[in-house]
Amino acid sequence: MKKLLYSFAISMLPFLVQAQFDGEFVKPRTGKFLLQNATVVTVTKGTLEKTSVLIDNGKILAVGQNIQEADAEIIDCSGHYIYPGMVDAGSRLGLVEVNSLPETQDYAEIGQVTPNMQALVAVNPNSVAIPVTRVSGVTTTLAVPSGGLFPGTAALINLNGYTPDQMFAGFKGVVLNFPSSARRSTWDRRSDEDIKKEAEAAQKTLNDIWSRAETYYQLQKAKAELQYYPEMEQLAKVIAGELPLLVEVNAASDILSAIDWIKSKKVKAILMGVAEGWRVADKIAAAGIPVIVGPMLSIPTRQSDRYDAAYTNPGKMAKAGVKVVIRSNDAENTRNLPFNAGFAAAYGMGKEEALKAITINAAEVFGIADRMGSIEVGKDATLFVSTGDPFETKSQILHVFIDGYRVPMSSRHIKLYQEFLERSPGLEKN
Amino acid sequence: MKTIKYILSCFLVLGCLISKAQTPKGSVLIKNATVLTVTKGTLENTDVLVENGIIKKIGRNLNAPNIQVIDASGKYLMPGIIDAHSHVALDAVNEATAPITSEVKMADVVNPYDIGLYRALAGGVTISHAMHGSANAIGGQNITLKHRYGSSNPEDLYMKEAPRTIKFALGENPTRVHGRGNGIQPRTRMGVDAVIRNGFNEAIQYKKAWADYENALKQKGAKPIPPQYNSRLETLADVLDGKIIIHCHSYRADEIYALINTCREFGIKNIVFSHVNEGFKVAPELAEYTMGASVFADWWAYKFEVYYSTAYNAAILMENGVITSINSDSGELIRHLYHEAGKAQRYGQLDDDQTLALITINPAKQLGIADKVGSIEEGKQADLVIFEGHPLSIYAIPQMTFVDGVKYFDINEDPDDMRLKVSASEALEPIFLREHEHRCMHGVDFFFTNFGRNLFNHSH
Repeated sequence: MKKLLYSFAISMLPFLVQAQFDGEFVKPRTGKFLLQNATVVTVTKGTLEKTSVLIDNGKILAVGQNIQEADAEIIDCSGHYIYPGMVDAGSRLGLVEVNSLPETQDYAEIGQVTPNMQALVAVNPNSVAIPVTRVSGVTTTLAVPSGGLFPGTAALINLNGYTPDQMFAGFKGVVLNFPSSARRSTWDRRSDEDIKKEAEAAQKTLNDIWSRAETYYQLQKAKAELQYYPEMEQLAKVIAGELPLLVEVNAASDILSAIDWIKSKKVKAILMGVAEGWRVADKIAAAGIPVIVGPMLSIPTRQSDRYDAAYTNPGKMAKAGVKVVIRSNDAENTRNLPFNAGFAAAYGMGKEEALKAITINAAEVFGIADRMGSIEVGKDATLFVSTGDPFETKSQILHVFIDGYRVPMSSRHIKLYQEFLERSPGLEKN
Repeated sequence: MKTIKYILSCFLVLGCLISKAQTPKGSVLIKNATVLTVTKGTLENTDVLVENGIIKKIGRNLNAPNIQVIDASGKYLMPGIIDAHSHVALDAVNEATAPITSEVKMADVVNPYDIGLYRALAGGVTISHAMHGSANAIGGQNITLKHRYGSSNPEDLYMKEAPRTIKFALGENPTRVHGRGNGIQPRTRMGVDAVIRNGFNEAIQYKKAWADYENALKQKGAKPIPPQYNSRLETLADVLDGKIIIHCHSYRADEIYALINTCREFGIKNIVFSHVNEGFKVAPELAEYTMGASVFADWWAYKFEVYYSTAYNAAILMENGVITSINSDSGELIRHLYHEAGKAQRYGQLDDDQTLALITINPAKQLGIADKVGSIEEGKQADLVIFEGHPLSIYAIPQMTFVDGVKYFDINEDPDDMRLKVSASEALEPIFLREHEHRCMHGVDFFFTNFGRNLFNHSH
């Protein structure tokens, strides 16, 4: 028997020797890069023709016409465009792998009040969807937990890094699903009365929770000895102004209620979703609360609405003076963010405003405009090079840099394309 | 006798009324457009003359007295967009009570009041293939609809010239509903294949029983008993005879390949694979043995069987010679299929004509109506869309949509409220936050393990 095993092991040796890897794996890498001779769409300082961008150690070191850096890796960008990385201000990317499989859903914890649940903890840096997304120029996403009244704390992440902390892009916010008087979908069979009752009950719960959080905060400030109460501890940070509240709210009347609620609680808030924002755009503008709107590619909320109500929503709000940020509210297809912005642009917002809505406006709303959202000296080198307008489906994205890292322009989708475009064997095996 | 005559004449009058009752046909002269014919290239500054619902002439400096003229200078004219997989305007989608329900007809549940029809028109879509859902290995018979929005008669929407089609479904959906939900076959992909084979073989026996009966009738003095009529098997017999095109919901390459083999074995050539996320892996087989693949532009990862997908699917299929279309399966996506097709230019860089074919002539081929619609050619039905901006640009905005030469959408005359009917039972107009009705698994949520949990997620 021993002999048999021995001879088997010997016979397997050639296979073991042959079992080595094919080809080379391209990793993200940092260093000094000179992107030469592009049209630079800075977003904040106009569009600069025949301009170069020097990246060093994660930062934009210079933007200008005659930059000579002998020791930099030179990338010729003649005829191409440089844009700041696009920010999706609402996504489940990294929090879910396969949407229908509960084992891979990490965006919705059990419980109504779980603001202490940290989305950043659940972000999977190795999600297959991350490279799929970033090669489209979407470099940064807000990972948002969902479900419940206070489902957790959202975190802004850059789409490169091996740990969530390496990916963290400097913003967190506590999510509040504001009590909704709308139907969840056309599939929602609740009676009008039940909807009203449930909304009222949720509103009462919200107010009860909040007054408890205020008490907790007052006690905390008075340096009282408090029992372990992580939910209240997290909400107290909102009351203290350390964390903003991301208020998901969509129906027009709910938006107005939310604005009143936010004012009465004196919290720093950002509205999210805002599907019917166009109906109350002036009120939102007057309240001075920024919005994260989206997805653009969705049907109107009411049967009687114009067919393009969702497309025109951000443009109408921007015109009324609201600071608008656009989100995809997607997961695996967060890469469609530029197309959401493109539809907003076409339907009244204009290209320039729509581009701001996924770059500098997002950075400003998240309080990190000193580091992100535009091509300026001193900012993080999070940008991409494309053959044209990135909102156009025809444009090809050529290079992507995240925080100074040049990321490989590859993904599982691209690899499958490379393997299967010309399959061998084809129809027959010869 | 007098009464009989009276009744007969009544029938005669009724008959005349029925034969005269037909859908509206329009006449229009569209001038100076950039005409994207799809099949015959792009014609600059060209006029298209439509008479009585048919494209009469394509050329320059056309004149037609007494016909409405539309100046489309600086605009693009393309064929009406066709969605090969949709559930818009259907009151019910799934008859999920058996693994085979080929007796069911979607024509019976067409709801002409569905606002989704108008929204589709506003996105340039003139024809949709209203399909049964994906709960069963062999589902119901579909209906090809022309978006003649405004009629209260469901039959006015039927594209009567279109051949019959039927829905098949492979993989997770039928196995989840029947095997996992109800504890009956199929629970696996081998079970799905067996259910389909059983269906075909029963239909062969059924055909034989009828053939034997017909033969027996010819015998002198014979009084044979006819076999029992069976609508389910009758339909499958028509599938075997090539009278019905199969449109099969599918995702994985193995299940696609298996059904190709089964169909070849039973001599079935009329099959289109729908969604077909892993179609790119069996592109040579799809090109050789089927009527093509109708895919999503970029959907993936919403369930495990679409995890190994690529947005380059359409491009790989096209380059391998598969007749390829982009479908919506969604009341939202259907409104911007021109944009969905446009993604084939980011992911695989198809040229404009190849890309436009994905939403016009190719779905027309898959529905068996390519001789009537799907391109701008003289003699074809005048389903047309005028775009501001090239339809493959993100900034494109559909301006007017025509079905049979009749204008059903005009952005400049578009009222805020386009409902045909206001529900009296609703006290207040409801607000819906998401679209979920028009999809494959509508009506079978109960069979899902996480009832109501995936509310905001795709589940096709």
